[in-house]
Amino acid sequence: MFLAASLAIFLTMALALARALVGPSVYDRVLAVNMFGTKTVLLLSVVAFLYGRPDFLDLALAYALINFIGVLAVLHFFENRHGSDTHNAEDK
Amino acid sequence: MMTVVFGVFLLTLLVITAIGVVRSENLFTAVMLMGIFSLLMAANFFILDAADVALTEAAVGAGISTVLLLGALALTPPTERHERTGRWMALGVVSLTTLVVVYATFEKPRLGDPDAPVHQHVAPWYLEQTPALIDIPNVVTAILGSYRAYDTLGEVIVVLTAGVGVLFLLGLPGAVGDRKPEDLAKGRTYLSHHLVPQVVGRLLIPFILLFALYVQFHGEYGPGGGFQAGAIFAAAIILYALIEGEREALEVISPRLLVWMMAGGALLYGSVGIVTMLLGGNFLEYNVLASNPVKGQQWGIIVIELGVGVTVAGVLLAIYHAFAARGR
Amino acid sequence: MATVLDVLSWIMLLGGGGFVLVGGIGILRLPDLYTRMHAASLTDTLGTLLILGGIMLQAGLTLASIKLVAIAIFLLLTGPTATYALANAALMSGMYPKDTKLPEDMPS
Repeated sequence: MFLAASLAIFLTMALALARALVGPSVYDRVLAVNMFGTKTVLLLSVVAFLYGRPDFLDLALAYALINFIGVLAVLHFFENRHGSDTHNAEDK
Repeated sequence: MMTVVFGVFLLTLLVITAIGVVRSENLFTAVMLMGIFSLLMAANFFILDAADVALTEAAVGAGISTVLLLGALALTPPTERHERTGRWMALGVVSLTTLVVVYATFEKPRLGDPDAPVHQHVAPWYLEQTPALIDIPNVVTAILGSYRAYDTLGEVIVVLTAGVGVLFLLGLPGAVGDRKPEDLAKGRTYLSHHLVPQVVGRLLIPFILLFALYVQFHGEYGPGGGFQAGAIFAAAIILYALIEGEREALEVISPRLLVWMMAGGALLYGSVGIVTMLLGGNFLEYNVLASNPVKGQQWGIIVIELGVGVTVAGVLLAIYHAFAARGR
Repeated sequence: MATVLDVLSWIMLLGGGGFVLVGGIGILRLPDLYTRMHAASLTDTLGTLLILGGIMLQAGLTLASIKLVAIAIFLLLTGPTATYALANAALMSGMYPKDTKLPEDMPS
């Protein structure tokens, strides 16, 4: 059963990656990266139990905290750009 | 078998991400895809049972590196500049290197083969002797902190040098260069106008700091250690800087304190070596630190990991402030 | 009792996996940024609760369960906040949902 859940999470990670590659605006890509991050946390938890090593849950906990900081940093730095003179969200 | 299936899946996604990074024109896209790349590598290390490396890659690569690259991108134009010269030579060099590496994998032993050369010489000795000599469950920390402590001292000096290099180039308001923290615009960042991220961020920061301390001192019993703890500590202060403002963050951990942290951690590590020499042993021979040699080893590892954590946190924070305080 | 727990955790893990997969399909096929945000954030939260709950039932009352509770609380706190910040940033930068009629006196 752990194997089935981990395969489902793998597939979702692939789909989120597809959206990050295609997504027309930056916000689509940020959404996809955030989703990829939370799926990674779930994958780490499931695989830690699949391999019988519950001490590895520290990694999932660390990544759950860091994912949030990454998303906020993207939004902050994307809003406060100084190098470009066009403030356009629809870039490829 | 399961490891191979997971590994093939992750590595395929890795190749797709790498192609996406190369083909994208917008640098923000490339940075976010590099964040995904680091996550995939961390997952790859994880399924190969290398938990310490996976934790470091997740904390430093997917977390701090992405934030630092974004801080740099906030100062540059958003698309890459096209270089037209030297592309064929680059393609030739890369193809040649790829062929050589692929040829080298023909002689590689199978994954987990007990007769592989890497499992023959020093590795069984480390695994057998650690319970008797050092008595901590995490052999990776034992190797990093005690058997190869001199190499880890070199790594800490490399981290310190990187921080010093960035400070030479960019300066740090209040410590290096002639800008003062009072010159920064009274920091109302984008996120400080919104209540929800502020409340949630303020709730989380104490727990992230506590978790950093847990990872620091728990490194002997599970995945953890100084490098990971320093990165998580720096992430907590970066979160504070994002939701409250650059100036407030520089008041909490002042630039002088950052410079002291950077150098002080490496100094702490080196002084452990000097103390062991003064007590009669060799440089970084922890056995002489306590009456019981095993206890001495454990004390030595705790103190040097603390030094590593302090230096890494100081360097990462100094580099973040050097970039983020520049655009004002 | 043990089989009840086993069956329950099977159901939760498979359900969680299913919801996560639905979220992945949604983020790829829905037409607009804001509809994709619905797919991503809702299924994230529900999938997290179900999958971590299923693992907790298997682990019993150990330190691992407490760490799983901590992971669940952090993901529940930070997921909606990240979605809020993202939606706010997108709206403030001028990306409105498709077929939005702005009032005439609204500053752009």
